[in-house]
Amino acid sequence: MAESPFKVDIERAEKELTEKMTPGAIAYIPGSSVINKTGSWRVFKPEFNKDKCVRCFLCYTYCPEPAIYLDEENYPVFDYDYCKGCGICANECPTNAITMVREVK
Amino acid sequence: MAVRKPPITTREYWAPGHAACAGCGCAIIMRLATKAFSEAMEEKYGDPNAFAIAHATGCMEVVSAVFPYTAWKAPWIHVAFENAAAVASGIEAAWKKLGYKGKILAFGGDGGTADIGLQALSGMLERRHNVVYIMYDNEAYMNTGIQRSSSTPYGAWTTTSPPGKYSIGEDKPKKWVALIAAAHMVPYVATASIADPYDLYRKVKKAAKVDGPAFLQIHGPCVPGWRIPPEKTVEVAKLAIETGVWPLFEIENGDIRNIKFQRFPKDGKFKKPIEEYLKLQGRFKHLFKRPGAIQELKEQIKEMWRVLGKEVELP
Repeated sequence: MAESPFKVDIERAEKELTEKMTPGAIAYIPGSSVINKTGSWRVFKPEFNKDKCVRCFLCYTYCPEPAIYLDEENYPVFDYDYCKGCGICANECPTNAITMVREVK
Repeated sequence: MAVRKPPITTREYWAPGHAACAGCGCAIIMRLATKAFSEAMEEKYGDPNAFAIAHATGCMEVVSAVFPYTAWKAPWIHVAFENAAAVASGIEAAWKKLGYKGKILAFGGDGGTADIGLQALSGMLERRHNVVYIMYDNEAYMNTGIQRSSSTPYGAWTTTSPPGKYSIGEDKPKKWVALIAAAHMVPYVATASIADPYDLYRKVKKAAKVDGPAFLQIHGPCVPGWRIPPEKTVEVAKLAIETGVWPLFEIENGDIRNIKFQRFPKDGKFKKPIEEYLKLQGRFKHLFKRPGAIQELKEQIKEMWRVLGKEVELP
């Protein structure tokens, strides 16, 4: 399984991010929003069927988060820590390899 | 089997965890535009990170930079509503003086560009600063609660243009800032849409590579403001192109007689009726109860195409 391209940012943000006011309210840590796990917003969850995938990269291109990254073989990997469950990937997938199922907690 | 390569770069400048709504169309623009820009910078200057961003107040500024977090992985400055173009000009002038290589990217929403920041934008284009200005057009002031802007299309519901007994909703036609920018005779002006992400990607790359200012107006549907379900964001944007509501074009050096169109039907006849675009969106719901309203909208769209030099037929 490939690693998230934001792994470095997550580690740095967890270690260094404070609520302390900085001069000029500058956010010093790039990409520190990764500390917000927006996956908790989700109602529907995308489920991926690798057999149907033709690697057209449309889900990867369209993801607004981005909560989809690519593995070594360039298949999409879904990052459920951040996926808000909007369903654009499932709606645009030409082979219906992605289906939205209700999240069960 | 050979591993297929993605058509866009895998570098990310827009990190997850930002506060945009699920299915936000403009967040797609931010992500793709920065990716394309970094690829152009790598090809032009050999350094993918040779750019800085000036961002006017707007949806994407509010959701991406909630202190102490930032979703940006590039040098980024938040500026007031009206002066994204002015600050971008300043950064560009400073970079030139300091001998830095690179280009400045400026983002503004339709309110920050078409209404409040138009004067600063005009100045930036006229002074020929080496800046790419991207207007993400979600057709109202969405972050303050859906007030009309001059980019809101005819007939749309917003909280400040409510339809009722004496009102049809927004009663004025949409302002095309791309055409105003083209009147400055700048090297490159284009419109794009998230419906065709690779076309958007190509246009941002082209804009980043020209010497001098460039302006892009990009259509980004808004889930709460347009009253659409989150998964339909891209579908609505696609219908806007297929029904002729949103033109895709490129104008070089202000040459409005030689506009290059993308995805324009050869005979000028759009296949899908505009009603298909309207009925997906809650903001146009009232138009179906009013005789003549959709016809009026069609006339305005035909007029817009006539200005662009095309006679079109809408079914």
